[in-house]
Amino acid sequence: MSMNLKIRHVGGITVLDLSGRITLGEGSIGLRDAIRDALAAGSKKILLNVADVNYIDSAGLGELVGAYTSVKNAGGDLKLMNLSKKVKDLLVITKLLTIFDVKENETDAIAAFA
Amino acid sequence: MFVLTGPELHEALILPSTLSTVETVETKATEYAQMAGFDEDTASQISMVSREAAVNAVLHGNKKDPHKHVRASFSLTPDTLTIKVADEGEGFNPSDVPDPLSPEGLLKPSGRGIFLMRAIMDEVHFRQLSPGAEITLVKHRNRS
Repeated sequence: MSMNLKIRHVGGITVLDLSGRITLGEGSIGLRDAIRDALAAGSKKILLNVADVNYIDSAGLGELVGAYTSVKNAGGDLKLMNLSKKVKDLLVITKLLTIFDVKENETDAIAAFA
Repeated sequence: MFVLTGPELHEALILPSTLSTVETVETKATEYAQMAGFDEDTASQISMVSREAAVNAVLHGNKKDPHKHVRASFSLTPDTLTIKVADEGEGFNPSDVPDPLSPEGLLKPSGRGIFLMRAIMDEVHFRQLSPGAEITLVKHRNRS
């Protein structure tokens, strides 16, 4: 199963609901395109909901890092929410948890953008 | 090739240099990790780093050259699960790969595959072939 991506707007925040696998290939490219489109549309506050992401490989981690740097470089703010244990473990191992602003749930994440 | 000898299980595959090989290695690694009795999270991690080894072999080793092959083997003994992935490329020196935990490496979009292999498996070995390179991933069954 590849990655699925749905886009919502909550207040001034673009929420990307990701599900499935973020791996080498189409899945990770889909995320890159979505971030690019959101930035092009002027959205500077982006929230990645990874609740239903069940698998990430190193290419997928690379895409998350790429999303983070793209948004930062555009003067925006990117946060992650709803990490599963599996995804969180991977971010801990790679120390990426020290980079990303991670929130437990959408309420906390939305409030943190204020 | 499929060989069952007593308590040991061994399987070796010769695969094309395509992304379908990545899926094949991942699926087979998952199957063996489950047979080895690892819990779901550990099996998923073993599957993921086996996928990383296959990605390296197909993309970086063989550079998707249709004339080159990837050799993957999966061995289960009472003590260990061993997965080997070999390519027919120019070989590589793992010490040339920058540390992805360094301040400059942390925000790089690539270069985490070998690090993840070392973090997740109990043993990771690299061997130069002529031509190519082989990665051996070992997980001890009694340490899951």
